[in-house]
Amino acid sequence: MRKRPEAAGLYDPSFEHDNCGIGAVADLTGAKKHETVTRALQVLDHLEHRGASGAEIDTGDGAGLLCQVPDEFFREAVDFELPQLGEYAVGVLFLPRDDESRRRELEQLIERTIEAEGQALLGWRDVPVDHSVPGPSASEVEPTIRQVFVGKQLEGDQDAFERKVYVIRRVIEREAGEDLAIPSFSSKTIVYKGMLTSPQLPRYYEDLGDERFKTAVALVHSRFSTNTFPSWELAHPYRIICHNGEINTLRGNINWMRARESTLASDLFGDDLEKVIPAVRPGGSDSATFDNVLELLVLAGRSLPHSLMMMVPEAWENHDSMPDYLRDFYAFHSCLMEPWDGPASVAFCDGTLLGATLDRNGLRPGRWQVTKDDFVVMASETGVLEYAPDQIVRKGRLAPGKIFMVDLDKGRVVEDEEIKYEISHRQPYGDWFREGSVHLDDLEEVAPEEVPADPVVTRQLMFGYSQEDLRVTLRDMGGVTVAEPTGSMGNDFALAVLSDKAPPLYGYFKQLFAQVTNPPIDPIRERVVMSLESAVGPQSNLFDTSPQHAHQLIIGQPLLRNFEFEKLKQVDHHVFSADVLDATWPVEEGPEGLQAAMERLCRESSELIAKGDNIIIISDRAAGADRAPIPALLATAGVHHHLVREGTRLQAGLVVESGEPREVHHICTLIGYGASAVNPYLALETLRDMFDNGLLPGIESADQAEQNYVTSMGKGVLKTISKMGISTVRSYAGAQIFEAVGLGKELIDQYFTHTTSRIGGIGIDELAIEALARHRRAYPETAERLPVGGVHQWRRFGERHQWNPETIALVQHAVRHGGRETYDEFSKRVNDESRARMTLRGLLKIKEDAKPVPIEEVEPASEIVKRFSTGAMSLGSISSIAHETLAIAMNRLKGKSNTGEGGEDPRRYVLDPNGDSRRSAIKQVASGRFGVTAHYLVNSDQMQIKIAQGAKPGEGGQLPGHKVDDYIGKIRHSTPGVGLISPPPHHDIYSIEDLKQLIYDLRTANPEGSVSVKLVAEVGVGTVAAGVAKANSDHVVIAGHDGGTGASPVSSIQSAGVPWEIGLAETQQTLVLNKLRDRIIVQTDGQMKTGRDVVIAALLGAEEMGFATAPLITMGCIMMRACHLNTCPVGIATQDRDLIKKFKGEPEHVVNFFFFVAEEVRRYMAQLGFTKFEDMIGRTDMLEAQEAIDHWKARGVDLAHLLAQPDCPPEWPRRRVRPQDPVLDDHLDHEIIRQSQPALERGERVHIEIDCQNKHRAIGGILSGEIARRYGEEGLPEDTIEVTLHGSAGQSFGAWLASGVSLTLWGDANDYTGKGMSGGVMAVRPPEGAAFVAEENVIIGNTVLYGATSGKAFFRGLAGERFCVRNSGVHTVVEGVGDHGCEYMTGGRVIVLGPTGRNFAAGMSGGIAFVLDEEGVFPERCNMELVDLEEPTEADFEEIRALVMEHAARTASPVAERALAEWDKLSGSWVKVFPRDYKRVLREAAERAAMAQDGAMAAAVAGGIEEQAIPAQG
Amino acid sequence: MGELGGFMKLHRVNGRKRPIPERLGDFKEYIFPAEEPVLREQGARCMDCGIPFCHNGCPLGNLIPDWNDLVYRDRWPEAIRALHATNNFPEFTGRICPAPCEASCVLDINDDAVTIKQIEQSIIDRAWEQGWVLPEPPATRSGKTVAVIGSGPAGLAAAQELNRFGHTVTLLERNTHAGGLLRFGVPDFKLEKWIVQRRVDQMVEEGVELRCGVNVGEDITGDELRDQFDAVVLAIGSTIPRDLPVPGRELEGVHFAMDYLEMRNRWVAGEYQDGTPITAAGKHVVIIGGGDTGADCLGNSHRESPKSVTQLELLPQPPDTRPEDLTPWPQWPLIMRTSGAHEEGGERDFSVMTTHFEGEDGKVKRLHGHRVGPPPSFEKIEGSEFSIDCDLALLAMGFLHPQPDGVVEQLGVALDGRGNVDAPEPDYMSSVPGVFAAGDARRGQSLIVWGINEGRQCARGVDRWLHGIGHEAEGADLVDLLAATNR
Repeated sequence: MRKRPEAAGLYDPSFEHDNCGIGAVADLTGAKKHETVTRALQVLDHLEHRGASGAEIDTGDGAGLLCQVPDEFFREAVDFELPQLGEYAVGVLFLPRDDESRRRELEQLIERTIEAEGQALLGWRDVPVDHSVPGPSASEVEPTIRQVFVGKQLEGDQDAFERKVYVIRRVIEREAGEDLAIPSFSSKTIVYKGMLTSPQLPRYYEDLGDERFKTAVALVHSRFSTNTFPSWELAHPYRIICHNGEINTLRGNINWMRARESTLASDLFGDDLEKVIPAVRPGGSDSATFDNVLELLVLAGRSLPHSLMMMVPEAWENHDSMPDYLRDFYAFHSCLMEPWDGPASVAFCDGTLLGATLDRNGLRPGRWQVTKDDFVVMASETGVLEYAPDQIVRKGRLAPGKIFMVDLDKGRVVEDEEIKYEISHRQPYGDWFREGSVHLDDLEEVAPEEVPADPVVTRQLMFGYSQEDLRVTLRDMGGVTVAEPTGSMGNDFALAVLSDKAPPLYGYFKQLFAQVTNPPIDPIRERVVMSLESAVGPQSNLFDTSPQHAHQLIIGQPLLRNFEFEKLKQVDHHVFSADVLDATWPVEEGPEGLQAAMERLCRESSELIAKGDNIIIISDRAAGADRAPIPALLATAGVHHHLVREGTRLQAGLVVESGEPREVHHICTLIGYGASAVNPYLALETLRDMFDNGLLPGIESADQAEQNYVTSMGKGVLKTISKMGISTVRSYAGAQIFEAVGLGKELIDQYFTHTTSRIGGIGIDELAIEALARHRRAYPETAERLPVGGVHQWRRFGERHQWNPETIALVQHAVRHGGRETYDEFSKRVNDESRARMTLRGLLKIKEDAKPVPIEEVEPASEIVKRFSTGAMSLGSISSIAHETLAIAMNRLKGKSNTGEGGEDPRRYVLDPNGDSRRSAIKQVASGRFGVTAHYLVNSDQMQIKIAQGAKPGEGGQLPGHKVDDYIGKIRHSTPGVGLISPPPHHDIYSIEDLKQLIYDLRTANPEGSVSVKLVAEVGVGTVAAGVAKANSDHVVIAGHDGGTGASPVSSIQSAGVPWEIGLAETQQTLVLNKLRDRIIVQTDGQMKTGRDVVIAALLGAEEMGFATAPLITMGCIMMRACHLNTCPVGIATQDRDLIKKFKGEPEHVVNFFFFVAEEVRRYMAQLGFTKFEDMIGRTDMLEAQEAIDHWKARGVDLAHLLAQPDCPPEWPRRRVRPQDPVLDDHLDHEIIRQSQPALERGERVHIEIDCQNKHRAIGGILSGEIARRYGEEGLPEDTIEVTLHGSAGQSFGAWLASGVSLTLWGDANDYTGKGMSGGVMAVRPPEGAAFVAEENVIIGNTVLYGATSGKAFFRGLAGERFCVRNSGVHTVVEGVGDHGCEYMTGGRVIVLGPTGRNFAAGMSGGIAFVLDEEGVFPERCNMELVDLEEPTEADFEEIRALVMEHAARTASPVAERALAEWDKLSGSWVKVFPRDYKRVLREAAERAAMAQDGAMAAAVAGGIEEQAIPAQG
Repeated sequence: MGELGGFMKLHRVNGRKRPIPERLGDFKEYIFPAEEPVLREQGARCMDCGIPFCHNGCPLGNLIPDWNDLVYRDRWPEAIRALHATNNFPEFTGRICPAPCEASCVLDINDDAVTIKQIEQSIIDRAWEQGWVLPEPPATRSGKTVAVIGSGPAGLAAAQELNRFGHTVTLLERNTHAGGLLRFGVPDFKLEKWIVQRRVDQMVEEGVELRCGVNVGEDITGDELRDQFDAVVLAIGSTIPRDLPVPGRELEGVHFAMDYLEMRNRWVAGEYQDGTPITAAGKHVVIIGGGDTGADCLGNSHRESPKSVTQLELLPQPPDTRPEDLTPWPQWPLIMRTSGAHEEGGERDFSVMTTHFEGEDGKVKRLHGHRVGPPPSFEKIEGSEFSIDCDLALLAMGFLHPQPDGVVEQLGVALDGRGNVDAPEPDYMSSVPGVFAAGDARRGQSLIVWGINEGRQCARGVDRWLHGIGHEAEGADLVDLLAATNR
């Protein structure tokens, strides 16, 4: 029944992700009713849009229900005697259906085990199901579902029985293997689930419809998996949880759990413990694994909320207002277990307790309500269960890090505070922690041991330093920049495995990053959730709690300076004891010596642990003339995995003392493979040396340089972990969130166990040879200068680059004067495998023995060029003339240009006199949502959601203030001169079902346009692409890691993501295997240059190709790599007027280039016998690996997986052959539009009344698109179309709302309300007759008014997290907000008439917020980095008053009434949140105005600026 | 990285030149780098390009952005280290290289290039002045011996590199002094000879054995060389000039340019007390050939008070600005170049074919020619015949190949189609194992930077060969290769 295909080719089922909707209902009285089941199913039905189906519409990804054992029902349903409730357990079994004898075998195993464990087998029950319900794919693997009943035969309470039942289950699971799944086995709860859609669940299980089937609580789940391989087991709920989100640190958590097992001991389990270990069932999803561990913790004696607090702690590290007892609790428990980090909304139920907890960053939604009939509903959305307004007592939302819980024994909702207070006070955790733990800072300083050392330069050579390491990396990190270097353009140098320059081992590891299924984090603006802290020391038995559990040495951040390291090394303490492992080997032993040295290192590490050391230092200080350093990463990962395997890993912490690491990526890989802290002594020494030599201008002391370096490294490490959505170094440590490119299997299996490495590569010998080669540079004679490097900038004797003086000069000449011949020379130069052994495609060969066709029969180049598009380069990063030149060229070709992030000037929607069009066919929708309005979307052929960018996946963007001139500011709806930040995540895409929602939203604005999703290649991108296809996208882009950028930290440019060849092949294989390839177009990009590149991309599975750097170069770019400095000397990447004049590019240049490329494509097509481009797609059989890969390092590279054909019937489509299913047919707007005809056609005012439900999403979206299409950006006059709605509106209520529409909702609304609002008016107010107090209850969800550009919005009630994130123009009033309010806001007015959460105004650079802070607590909740808090001025008060009056008028808010009534009394409570940059710009404008002679002119100027900053209303 | 946006604010400033009347009165150098503050500003114009095309345009791969920046930051000692890292003799190239780097400077696309050459010269001049240039003898000796034949730029560079690698080098020169064309070809007003000698002295102090007046092939045979040395480097230059086989060629007063230039240089050096056998004084001088050698003749002639000087060129007059279709940036542009010598006077004429010389008393008096069309056919333009006065004709039409007899013959090395020694990159080894070639003798006549580069690369080839490492090393051999190539 787990018939997922084995890993074949590049597809591996372990890459799958899932997200979903969750719901829970409970009857607080504890009364068991069938109605509870009915209601739970109703909730599930209302969450259906959050789940997904696969290739077949009737095969769901999974749905399920968990509830109490329905005792009354079972008594009548079974034909054997049942003891009283609690004295028997029910096991739900998924047994193989098509193999009778195997089933019997398994049943016997179950019976045998029950007996062996001393319990009574009461009997079996066949669960009645309707086999006609599941779709074909689900049917094919449908299990036989039986229930087994076990009678309690032991002394002790029900918990003891539960433990025994668990032991029985684990024994069975371990012995049975994969073809048996046990969804639940308990005396308290039971699970009904399957590979079904939500509505199918009750139809499939007859039991659920039985009136006698009763429960007081139920948990339901609707699953959206990124692919559809049939799995009944992976449907939720699991035994005690269901989960919406993703555990990013899973690999590390599994490793650490495994490492912990040897220390586990439990009185409760006794000897049974060994039967259940390992506790994690292999092959489970992150949710399943989480469930496994949680279940174990609970059964071993901790309460459910206590265990959850351990696994998903709040952000306690930097939380000043958290009570001490709670911080103590978290601090103590951080010594026991690392956080399971990632977006998580975990709903749990053990039969008595029901509830949910949210991750520290609040990245998943959760809403709850309590009704008068003592019923509690909690779900991903509000409105899932319809109730009369007067029945609702309270409404709320899950808040970051908080637990919402119902206790049936107590018969009430238990508040987070109460739960945590009680748990935190069970033991004196704070005392234990303070007594047991030691902070490194508190240890006394010790004098360093004098180590005689060779000159710095000698050792720099030995460790492979280049001049660039000093000139670029260390100068920026240790100097006045205090950050790792910023780079621009892409990464075009050789892959490490193909490099002749002996790049360090770190270079083979590519950072993974979050995309779609989980969000990256902004480590700067959301610093409150981040932590760099780590600890070393022994870990004790996880099941136990004692003072000695706190014996940890705490290190504030992972980079140790020498004096800190010495404290650790020479630690003299009754608990801590450190020893050093020598990570060097004798040079005379040659390359073979490395293997032996690694064996020695592992052996010695075991010995140190046996001896009682708990800090192991891996040091290469002994390296010198006779001893070569072992690559520090190899030594660290090798020892780490050795100890994990040995089960002793947690008895000691690993600390690295090495001369090798110097970059952020180096430190991150070391941490990722197990190091708790690193002392990069040579980097520090180099900095001191540089300071002494005056190479750090502006730095006052060597000490300052070191401190800067530490600071820079901290920022860089946070950036790296946040890319993966991880908040704490503790959970990043050992999580090995990397993909290796170019490392052989043996090396990986031995030292980097479970790291993905898909093309094979070098082994330990090659590493040894390169280490010795570096050593030879240093000894016996030292070269005078370090090697040039040539990574950041091209150098003749440095690293090879694809773009180099020859290729650039040739292609520029070709498109101007040189013509086809020069292009051919260019393309030969690039393609020539012997020279261009830098890329994987360089190692591929296009077959030469195919049956050719005459070239005349091949489709014309003019058809082929339509498949090309240019990259997403924003206006802002490049000049408007360059941007428009590209657009004109692509429109002439009928290809597509891309707006990039940053809007588009509407004047470009009008054709030039000569017929040219400057409009970009692709409108990008990125995380900053700059200028994304209904009008913008309507004017597109394709709307592209940029999830990630090849140059810097997992990161946002930024446009420095000096590039934001008046024009750019206007188009982006931002303040000129103020830098702009695009957040790393889309704040409306934290998971796959969110993406599905955004796709839906975009379709509403422009139903004719297609939707594209841009991803970046990394392991698992294929399954994400499958999710994208299921989320209804028409198009997916797989970008290579090597794409360009205007500005990004170099570690992102160089170390994140993998080549597109791997990502594309994986995507193609996965989509075809999933039968999803038929409905989605695949595009790839990343350093595309020639026709050969295009052909290889097509053969690997792409229909379309994107080019960015190459067309820029044809227009004159010379790879200055200074795009972020605004000094581009050829007028491309600059907004400087004088430099723009130097731009010499013409559309013809770009057109010529693409035609040359297409002609080259045609020649290959003729050679391969293809007349139609589409016939090439996915034909990997036309490719082969170069027979003689003659690079000595590349010989271990194996591209077979890349070229594998999916194992499926030949008739399954391998390219897009049909459109996606329509989704807008049942949209509420169709009715609204029908009634709006008089307004749309004649501008007459209309008023519409209509009911809505949470299923009705993006209300107003289609209408707004229609208005934008007819009336442009202006729209209609305010209140032309007035719509009054009743009910709970679905997500994205009022999306893109255009001017002229006013929505008034009587009820409540979900997440993403007012997304991209473009001029309309909305009001949300409680329903008539509501029994609750509006201002104390949540009325709208998270991420409200995200990317809104203009309009007005009034909310009578509380909002969730990230209210007004990236608002650039809306004026709004709300009565309270959650965390991160007004984040990244660049314009508009926000009035908060009540409380705010933490981190208000983070990244806020424009607009103004006014907060009515009667309690006087606001300042501590506000992030003051960019804003000042002031008293409002007279003019401000007028503005506030006007808005509050309108709020009162539109929502009848008593809060507003009171504010107006007590205006004078409250005037002292108003706080003005004023961004400093914005203030400066307004002041400058005022000064300019004052200087103007003519008064009227002055007013006009001031007004003009104001207007740009805040688009005029209505 | 220079100053951010420096190029947007600052303009190019060239070096200072002495006034023409003054400089015509002597043979001293007349171009000097600008003052230090100006120079540093000029360094600030460098944009620190992601792809420094200048660094590629320079045959030596000079680390131009690096030392431009160091000059801007007033870090001269490091600047000379960076400069010396790729260039053994920047005081030569800084004066007489035509600077292809500047033609490929990114600023040259739409602005004036950075004054790279001027900065280069000032770095090395200051280094000598400050005593930063010291002999660098190797720490240890390999015990291997190498003979380098010829002490022009290629020979000097090869010898210096090989010596620093630890090999025992004997530099053989048939002339009286070392330097080759640097000493006897390039006029003093472009490169004063004490500058050459200073560098030669450094090499001798480093341990290079210099033997002048040894005519290899006569004084020592090829076989003897092979016996006495582990490796031989032929850096004998391209010394056979292209002749002009027209009637009247035999007349007195028709000379190869190099004969004239050598004699003038020796005169400047004080070797001729009473004037030289070939002189331009009081004559109508006609220089045939529009290249650098011709310009050197021009400059020399003007310093002898001639009656007139005319320079003729067969090719048409190039355009004043870069022809983008023919020589787009970053290529060396085919444009009308006006050197310092041209500023000093004389006539230039293009598209001219010389048909014969007319003489009196065996001495040349007039030159006859006609105009021609463009290459490759150079068709005669009918009716364009002309003649001009000519008392001294200097043939500056380039060089063909190295002297084929003598040592080349004795060593038995194969020649390529153009008569140069066939010694392909990257090893620079000829058909005879252990015999290498570098410079004009290998690649044909070229620029001094190419000569230095050839010497350096050839030295690496010799070094690897002496260590028994093939070029295509891999795996364990790579350890040695990297060690060898790192130097």
